[in-house]
Amino acid sequence: MNNINYLSFNKYPKLYPQSIITLGWLTDLDNLRINPLSLCYGMGKSYGDVCLNEGGTIFDITNLNHIIDFDEKNGIIKCEAGITLDKILEFVVPKGWFLPVTPGTKFITLGGAVANDVHGKNHHTAGTFGSHVTEIELLRSDNITYKCTKNENRELFCATIGGLGLTGLIKSVEFGLIPIETPFMYVENIKFDNLDAFFDLNEESEKLFPYTVSWVDCTTKGKKMGRGIYMRGRHATKSEVNKSFEMKEGAIPFPIEARFINNFTVKTFNKLYYSKQLSKISTQIVPFEPYFYPLDMINGWEKAYGKNGFLQHQFVLPYDNCKKNMQQIFEIIVNSGMSSFLTVLKSFGDAKSPGMLSFPKKGITLAIDYRMEGNKTLELLNKIDKLVSKNNGRLYPGKDARMSREHFHQFYPNFGEFQSYKDSNFSSSFYRRIK
Amino acid sequence: MIRNIYVFGATSKIAEETIKHFAKESANFYLVGRDIDKLGIVSKDLLARGANKVELETCNALDWEKHPATVDKADNSIGQLDLIFIAHGTLPVNEDIRNNQMKVIEEFNINCTSIISLCTVASDYFEKKGKGTIAVISSVAGERGRQSNFIYGSAKGGVTKYLEGLRNRLFEKGIKVITIKPGMVDTPMTKDFKKGLLFASPSRVGKEIYKGIKIGRDVMYVPGYWKIIMGIIKSIPESIFKKLKL
Ligand SMILES: Cc1cc2nc3c(=O)[nH]c(=O)nc-3n(C[C@H](O)[C@H](O)[C@H](O)COP(=O)(O)OP(=O)(O)OC[C@H]3O[C@@H](n4cnc5c(N)ncnc54)[C@H](O)[C@@H]3O)c2cc1C
Ligand SMILES: NC(=O)c1ccc[n+]([C@@H]2O[C@H](COP(=O)([O-])OP(=O)(O)OC[C@H]3O[C@@H](n4cnc5c(N)ncnc54)[C@H](OP(=O)(O)O)[C@@H]3O)[C@@H](O)[C@H]2O)c1
Repeated sequence: MNNINYLSFNKYPKLYPQSIITLGWLTDLDNLRINPLSLCYGMGKSYGDVCLNEGGTIFDITNLNHIIDFDEKNGIIKCEAGITLDKILEFVVPKGWFLPVTPGTKFITLGGAVANDVHGKNHHTAGTFGSHVTEIELLRSDNITYKCTKNENRELFCATIGGLGLTGLIKSVEFGLIPIETPFMYVENIKFDNLDAFFDLNEESEKLFPYTVSWVDCTTKGKKMGRGIYMRGRHATKSEVNKSFEMKEGAIPFPIEARFINNFTVKTFNKLYYSKQLSKISTQIVPFEPYFYPLDMINGWEKAYGKNGFLQHQFVLPYDNCKKNMQQIFEIIVNSGMSSFLTVLKSFGDAKSPGMLSFPKKGITLAIDYRMEGNKTLELLNKIDKLVSKNNGRLYPGKDARMSREHFHQFYPNFGEFQSYKDSNFSSSFYRRIK
Repeated sequence: MIRNIYVFGATSKIAEETIKHFAKESANFYLVGRDIDKLGIVSKDLLARGANKVELETCNALDWEKHPATVDKADNSIGQLDLIFIAHGTLPVNEDIRNNQMKVIEEFNINCTSIISLCTVASDYFEKKGKGTIAVISSVAGERGRQSNFIYGSAKGGVTKYLEGLRNRLFEKGIKVITIKPGMVDTPMTKDFKKGLLFASPSRVGKEIYKGIKIGRDVMYVPGYWKIIMGIIKSIPESIFKKLKL
């Protein structure tokens, strides 16, 4: 047994399971005994305790990684839930297909993508991952496998999307892909000077580009508060790629460079990052990996936060008074001096996910890392939570290790309904904390 | 060109991760294993990845009298074989079985005798055809006997030595014999191990094996750094080695 391998990505909190069961094959599941306090664990890329199960059983499902079916003509794929997005991309990209939605790392499992109903840079055009799922096979503790679709076992389907692993063991997932002409991205990077400028730029960009995201400096005060770089993009066409190679301007790896991070401090990073030789607008044709997964290219950056780990905090605020409310939260963060290396600002669109507990809703979302420095950090986050709650926002459970029970219930009014679809033998440290 | 592939122990994670790459090249497969349901899962995966044809058969490695027929049937159903890939194995806990005579014999038979049986059939088959490749997964564990692992280790050592001789004999006939020596790999076989830095993923190991088979290497350590590690371990004088707790 090796339960040190079963923490979450940010190594906080440190809660260990009692036992780990590595599942080798789908066929092992036929006789699987699912005892109380069971939970699946994918790649452990959640930040927090949704994938932790102190004192309980963890099913490691990463060996369940086969492709079950692929309809190359229509771009529909069905895989076992332990396959990683990385392996799916490796398989589909050469055939001219791409994931409909992808988070900022490709090293997550399909099961994890469904259970946290992950979102990507294209939320405003494509919604969450769960919106593209056509079928889930779910094993519950009664040892029955339920086929769940929009029509069949619909409630279970909706409860499982964003269901935080609590509705059962996801055996397989079928979902639709999107066609691409090339594995490259056409990207525009634009500097902006403050939060106001972000809002203007965002409004314009959302109409023009399927993918948008920005990196924000959370250390500067005053007029430059919320300055950053806006990155908007789309899949590049063949002719764009050919042209860019002729001009030899292609394949410039995207913004962050390993050497900054190896000896980084938050301040110097942000400074370097912001003042990097970048004209007001720069246009690039880059491979999809550095655009979608810049952090995957820096091995072990998360360890830079030390052995106590760190916290990631992600919330969304609805558009009403959003500028003002966001400004207020920014001030708290900047003044705390605890701002982090990675700050991501992005908007969510109208698309409604089928998921009952799905996090994204229309508005602006901010994700920040904080080094874990005990109470000081926790108090700061509590303060922000109060504002999020007051302004009808909500927090992302997939990146949470400490929100209060009261807040969770306020943020997720469907939780009562969800409870009736939860499997009584599935549980997690997160669930026991907020239920 | 490797197009028609016979695999014994096709449900091994390492084998799967290796043959996936041949599937992309539209290869035909004849997969042999113990469990027809698991073989079915592998088959679907290979077909989705582009395999042209996949046929399945169940056979236990210990049923050696059935080995020749599996190769004949493979030849009949997918055509003249280019590669016979032998991957099955079990890793017993040495401490649990070392005084159990029947268990020790069984483990040795799975990890050594059955492989020699299959290689005999394979070399006979390829000799008649005049060409082909035999690739076998042995292990770095076969390089030196250690108190914690010498039953498995000696079986793998036997396989390695046997293959050395077979390669020498078949060289002139144009038949390739490939010895694959993985280090520690994160597969169901090692699920109860603490996974340290030296552990490699099956997908990395599988890709390296695929490349090694394609270019027809004689002996390969996967990942490559095991060659250095084993070089050091082999260089320790026996008078010292016998005192170590390895
Ligand atoms: C660098 C980085 C960037 C990220 N960017 C984003 C982003 O842009 N958008 C976003 O939404 N998220 C993002 N995330 C978070 C990450 O995508 C999610 O936490 C994802 O769910 C992790 O998947 P996993 O396979 O690691 O699952 P784990 O973290 O192991 O588990 C997550 C949840 O899924 C459940 N689960 C896993 N497999 C199964 C199964 N087979 N059956 C039932 N339940 C299961 C677990 O029980 C748990 O509740 C990011 C994370 C990192 C590290
Ligand atoms: N993992 C490592 O660290 C490591 C290191 C060095 C060498 N190796 C070698 O690599 C090879 C593949 O192992 P792996 O890591 O891929 O492990 P694995 O996934 O557990 O595969 C082992 C395979 O052997 C099969 N098998 C066991 N006993 C058998 C029998 N009596 N008859 C038929 N098939 C039998 C199993 O079949 P079932 O599916 O039916 O059980 C399974 O397909 C083995 O030879 C192993 O010794 C592994």
